[in-house]
Amino acid sequence: MSHDALTLTNVHKRFGPAHIIRGVDLNIPEGERHAIIGPNGAGKSTLFNLISGRFDISDGEIRLHGEAINGLPPHLINRKKLSRSFQITNLFQRMTVFENLRCALLWAHGYGYSFWKMVESQKALNEEAEQLLEKIHLQDKRNTMASLLSYADQRALEIGTTIAGGANVILLDEPTAGMSHTETDYAVQLIREVTEDKTLIMVEHDMGVVFDIADRISVLVYGEIIATDVPEKIRGNARVQEAYLGTGEDAA
Amino acid sequence: MQQTAKSQPGAAVGFLRRYSLWIAAAVVVLVLPYIFTSGSSISMMSQMGVMVVFALSYNMLLGQGGMLSFGHAVYFGLGGFFTLHAINGVNNGAWSFPLELMPLVGGLGGLAFGIIFGWISTKRAGVTFALISLGIGELVAASAQMFTDFFGGEGGISTNRVTAANEASIFGFNYGPQIDIYYLVVVWAFLATILIYLLTKTPLGRMANAVRDNPERAQFVGYNPRMVRFAQFSLSGFFAGLAGGLFAIMFEILTAENLGAIQSGSVLLMTYIGGIGIFFGPIIGAILITWLQTSLSAFSEAWVLYFGLMFVFMVMYAPFGISGIIMQHYLPYKTGLLKRLLPAYGIAVIPTLILLVGAVSIVEMGYHISTSYLPSRPMDLFWVSVVATNAWSWIIAGAIFVAGVFACRWSYRKVGRAWDDVNETLVERGLA
Ligand SMILES: Nc1ncnc2c1ncn2[C@@H]1O[C@H](COP(=O)(O)OP(=O)(O)OP(=O)(O)O)[C@@H](O)[C@H]1O
Ligand SMILES: [Mg+2]
Repeated sequence: MSHDALTLTNVHKRFGPAHIIRGVDLNIPEGERHAIIGPNGAGKSTLFNLISGRFDISDGEIRLHGEAINGLPPHLINRKKLSRSFQITNLFQRMTVFENLRCALLWAHGYGYSFWKMVESQKALNEEAEQLLEKIHLQDKRNTMASLLSYADQRALEIGTTIAGGANVILLDEPTAGMSHTETDYAVQLIREVTEDKTLIMVEHDMGVVFDIADRISVLVYGEIIATDVPEKIRGNARVQEAYLGTGEDAA
Repeated sequence: MQQTAKSQPGAAVGFLRRYSLWIAAAVVVLVLPYIFTSGSSISMMSQMGVMVVFALSYNMLLGQGGMLSFGHAVYFGLGGFFTLHAINGVNNGAWSFPLELMPLVGGLGGLAFGIIFGWISTKRAGVTFALISLGIGELVAASAQMFTDFFGGEGGISTNRVTAANEASIFGFNYGPQIDIYYLVVVWAFLATILIYLLTKTPLGRMANAVRDNPERAQFVGYNPRMVRFAQFSLSGFFAGLAGGLFAIMFEILTAENLGAIQSGSVLLMTYIGGIGIFFGPIIGAILITWLQTSLSAFSEAWVLYFGLMFVFMVMYAPFGISGIIMQHYLPYKTGLLKRLLPAYGIAVIPTLILLVGAVSIVEMGYHISTSYLPSRPMDLFWVSVVATNAWSWIIAGAIFVAGVFACRWSYRKVGRAWDDVNETLVERGLA
């Protein structure tokens, strides 16, 4: 029996008295590229934090490939091949770009907590880290400390770190925010490429990117999903236009 | 460039070049006892070797894992006590075990307690971790007063390594002379240093850095930060215990003090002053501080105060320690820009000395007055006979100090400008 990649049932999140996520239901089938849009403060990042285990949910249920994952710590969820990126860059600051990528590969390559193997002599590991480096166009920054990278390069490394472990469900939180046009174009192409045959859930403000990549779109407003549909239908949805698209220049 | 395939000698040269630093260090430590031949130097150098291992084990926590421990002497001391009991066991005929391998007993003791206490303390990082380590340090120090069979109470536990070595020794030495101990320490210290270095290159070592930088992100690449800290902590306990074992063999006695707060503070200072950001930093710190402890304490009763002042200055002005200062000069050295810094440094030396003379005079006179039976008796200060109870002595010392402060401010500005110039040039050349 096959399950959806991700199923959220009546998910709630409260921070004290603040009710931020207010009953979200969402089914994302295997292999779909799904975009979540919505105004600032709607709870998009919070939703990612709940799915990835960073925060506990207050109510409801989250299933990954049919298996309940709510309550699991982030590293156990990650080992079930769900990986996420962060809206605010979240890297290993005092390590080089290459080291960041290699660390992101270690668990997936089965090294665990081993202290009897030298990373330098692990051929497959290093080759894959180099390929990843090439993929995110940071070869010439290979030995630069992450904290010294430009903003755009940090965003690229953020994506690289997220896709490194070979997850099959990938959550990207505003991957192209702050990138130039060329950088965005390249990032979109990269995202397409690395999420081939995978499930992608992406929060994005750039509507060009959203309508370009997404198979379906969900609109989150004040902690509730007011519509989930294919891009053309979302464009034409009156409630969405009223609540979101119609209000800003984002709709371009 | 040679076209021929690399032959044996080529490989040997490659090996020598690659490990040149390690080989040089090995040669130096083997030759040192022929240069500093006195008993006290050899015993000081042995102690340096022990402290190098202890400080490196501490930096596995602080520098590599981002764990600030106030109780690392627990593992050092416990390792030492286990070693003493193991040696006494040989002397009692309870078992037989070569003296050369006794530090392993200390290491395993440190590892065992590293696992036990590490499980508790690595649950959290940051301030919580630091406080738990302090608590465990106090707890073990208090236990040492209670379990006198194991810790020996006031008098501590003592042993005789020579009778144990006569009972069982791999190389047939009796380890009576200090020089035998020196070589025993050096071999173990060298081995431990290599192992601790190699550990930094393993998946665990890399992830220890990652968890230090960003424990949260480590979770999102599949690692449990607590397990990373725990494994790193346990292994660090092993090397601390090994150092404690060497210490026990060297001094043949340990008291509860050796696992107490002062010893824990001491290793923190050594490691920090040497520099926590670079692998060899703690080695420099351990050697320098051991030397200062030995030589300053012979010179002045106020040595702990100087020690504290030095630590405060490092924290404020050179947070990356001595190794950090050295590495800062690496790029200027490589690019030939060092010569632009040297004149400013030369000018800064004299004001610094003046400042030090003034400060030391004030401290020493203060100490003299408060500790001497006859404060008005003249004392020697920088080869001058001074009466500390005379107001003029204080005025002059104060004037020297103030002059030193102003001269330093002036000359350090020059140093700052020289650095600005060097950094600008480096940026122009696209190197920084
Ligand atoms: N840890 C927290 N504690 C309390 N309130 C929080 C917490 N995290 C988020 N919030 C609140 O939840 C609301 C939603 O925040 P969230 O970051 O999820 O929005 P978003 O949709 O991602 O917005 P943006 O488009 O600006 O990134 C905000 O009002 C925020 O203040
Ligand atoms: Mg957000």
